[in-house]
Amino acid sequence: MSTVAPAVQPVSSTADDRPDFKIVKSWKSPIALAIFTVVAFALFVAFGREGVSTMRLSTSSDLIQLPDLLLPTRLTGIVISVLLLVITGVSVWLVQSRRQVPIWLISVYAVLFLIGFLVWAAAGESIPVPGLLFGSLSLAVPLIFGALGGVISERVGVVNIAIEGQLLAGAFTSAMVASLTNQPILGLVAAMFAGVLVSMVLASFSIKYFVDQVIVGVVLNVLVIGVTGFLYSQVMAPNAALLNQPPRFERINIPLLSEIPIIGPVLFRQTLIVYIMYVAVALVYYGIFHTRWGLRLRSVGEHPQAADTVGINVGRTRFWNVSLAGAIVGLGGAYFTLGSVGAFGKEMTAGAGFIALAAVIFGRWDPIRATLAALLFGFASNLQNVLSVIGSPVPSEFMLMLPYLITIAAVAGFVGTSRGPAASGKPYIKS
Amino acid sequence: MSATQGPTTESGTPSSPAPEQPSRWNQAFREITTGNAIISVLAVVLALFVGGIMIAFTNEGVQEAAGYFFSRPGDLLREVWYSVSGAYSALFQGSVYNFRRPSFAAGIKPLTETLTFATPLIMAGLGVALGFRVGMFNIGGRGQMLIAAALGGWVGFAVDLPYGLHMVAALVAGVLGGALWGGIVGLLKARTGAHEVITTIMLNYVAFYLVSYLLREGFLKTPGSNNPKSPATKVTAVFPDLLGSTYSLHFGFILAIAATVFTWWLLSRSNLGFQFRAVGLNPHAARVAGISVKRIYVYAMLFSGGLIGLAGINQVLGTTTSGFGAGLDSGIGFDAITVALLGRSKPWGVFAAGILFGAFKAGGFSMQAAEGVPIDIVLVVQSLIVLFIAAPPLVRAIFRLPAPGSAPRRALPNVSQEVAAQ
Repeated sequence: MSTVAPAVQPVSSTADDRPDFKIVKSWKSPIALAIFTVVAFALFVAFGREGVSTMRLSTSSDLIQLPDLLLPTRLTGIVISVLLLVITGVSVWLVQSRRQVPIWLISVYAVLFLIGFLVWAAAGESIPVPGLLFGSLSLAVPLIFGALGGVISERVGVVNIAIEGQLLAGAFTSAMVASLTNQPILGLVAAMFAGVLVSMVLASFSIKYFVDQVIVGVVLNVLVIGVTGFLYSQVMAPNAALLNQPPRFERINIPLLSEIPIIGPVLFRQTLIVYIMYVAVALVYYGIFHTRWGLRLRSVGEHPQAADTVGINVGRTRFWNVSLAGAIVGLGGAYFTLGSVGAFGKEMTAGAGFIALAAVIFGRWDPIRATLAALLFGFASNLQNVLSVIGSPVPSEFMLMLPYLITIAAVAGFVGTSRGPAASGKPYIKS
Repeated sequence: MSATQGPTTESGTPSSPAPEQPSRWNQAFREITTGNAIISVLAVVLALFVGGIMIAFTNEGVQEAAGYFFSRPGDLLREVWYSVSGAYSALFQGSVYNFRRPSFAAGIKPLTETLTFATPLIMAGLGVALGFRVGMFNIGGRGQMLIAAALGGWVGFAVDLPYGLHMVAALVAGVLGGALWGGIVGLLKARTGAHEVITTIMLNYVAFYLVSYLLREGFLKTPGSNNPKSPATKVTAVFPDLLGSTYSLHFGFILAIAATVFTWWLLSRSNLGFQFRAVGLNPHAARVAGISVKRIYVYAMLFSGGLIGLAGINQVLGTTTSGFGAGLDSGIGFDAITVALLGRSKPWGVFAAGILFGAFKAGGFSMQAAEGVPIDIVLVVQSLIVLFIAAPPLVRAIFRLPAPGSAPRRALPNVSQEVAAQ
């Protein structure tokens, strides 16, 4: 693990960032890693549990059957704790020699910690790994759509606190339109329109009237909760058979890919919305970093004045990109009704928009990282579900708390630095 | 982020002094029509109008009458009038004075309900407003209320103290709990620069799950019960009723008034408040003037959290004394933001806004019961009010009011334009 050439790196690693930049030693990540290592030793070794943890790797319907993985709980815990200690040592050494702790090292650490935790929690029990991952992805889908919309919106310079409202509006309209027309596709389109509508209010108030974007976002959430709640009680619930029984998307098995062990059933036996999500993640990533549209979008979000000077219409760019973000978030809202639950319920998004916002920040305003963060949050909530079935040693509330604590750690800078687009949240007033 | 400046941002441009002095009445009229007060009033009117449209559109009688609109258009208008006026008169009778009751004492009961609902809104609204004045956006009302209720509530049901002293002890514990939860945010912002909007939202959920756990298995659990609910507050800690037991108004309202006076004093008369406002107006200038901005952030969040904690403890000791669950804040933490915005972050403005929103809440329940209009309409009206108030140019455009500082309309075809044309 520690095979990094020490002599050459320090100069070149700073050179490609900024030429005259004095790196300040930041002990935040080693400290965070050390804390978690202590926790690991305490849980996995000191309070280590005896027995054998079984990991079921295949479901009965798989073509290729993998045998169950049997791990002795205490031994695995000790091995993993030692590995975590090694990584912590490496990070201390890196900071000591004035270098940054790379993100991949932290990711490896996180995955190891999670495996260790899983093995520890499953002592004497068995955990269905495909089921755990499948549920995680299902819970993560709306979060990923929300996070993508959030990334676009914040990258163009408009803080999007209204993700929650956009999700809820999307869920409501998709349920209604899909029930009326009996066409889930039309429901999907309607959800996008609803998301765009909420976005346009956000955009016009923040761009035309220079209202503080956070205020508009917060108020829009309340407004959407009020409007959907009102229409639900007044119109939808009395005519539930006509208006609130949307057809759900069928699962589509992709041939060959769906037969890959472990990840096949998780990734490729999904509904249309999930496949759209894969495409959306790729498109947003490619669009933001490799096209002219993305360059303009980022320039407006980082330095609107400079963008204006070279002839980019800041207001218009912001308006249409925020609208686009709303359309994407709306798709996530449709997943609640057409993908998972099947019918609209009051305030059914239950804070998913805020977790998506957390994913945006934890993912440092990058579509891929935000997606991974959303997956992590989905994993944390589903882990809680699975553990509550097999009898969790940790109270479920603390598992549910995890995404939020991680986000606080992220914004406080314990997991690398997180800096948003420079002009995000600031109205551009042309002088 | 300058949260306080949002609502008052103007797009009007200052004009050069007018060549001829307009008459005094004209001037007075202009001051009224361009002021902030008229915008607030018009925003409420506009929001109620939009709410009325929603009520009318979803009313069954209106929908039926719309079916034969071309044969008898009068029916539609009558149905619209019935549905909207019925809903809003129920709202009024549920929040101010009920004319159907025989005596004044019974008729005025809704007003006391309004004040009871307004009490926590005022307290929490003051906390949010204090944050605004320092340039911080405290969305963490929910978490701060929950932690305050957990700590203060525990003192309220688990500790044995004499009457009066017990209440004070619970109050102090609650306020400290809220201040603690808010102080974390201030500390994180001061130490690491973590944005308070994100940390407060996240801490809301942390507090929610923490209190849920404590109610299920921790020290807030009622012994021998599986309900995630705390034991009832002991009588020695409960707020006394102000107007006898027939009315629900309790001592909390006096505390709300006291909190308003305190916040007013803190912000506009104290040394610390001066520093608060200086940081809120311009943190860079404040730092140059020798104010420790980071320290002020921590203090501001302590006070803000403490005031919101007061709202939390008010719920436990005054409003629902039979034990609380994790849904204790019932949206007050978020309503407080709209209250603070409507009150323009001024203590007495928040007081008035809190009473207005308390009236909406009290009236909303009776509107739901009497007319079958879902209480969610209140949320719609409230959020619309804040949206309209936040964008004065929009309200001016709708009502065709002149922008502040602009030249009187008569003088519009002015000389400079003609010169430019030549």
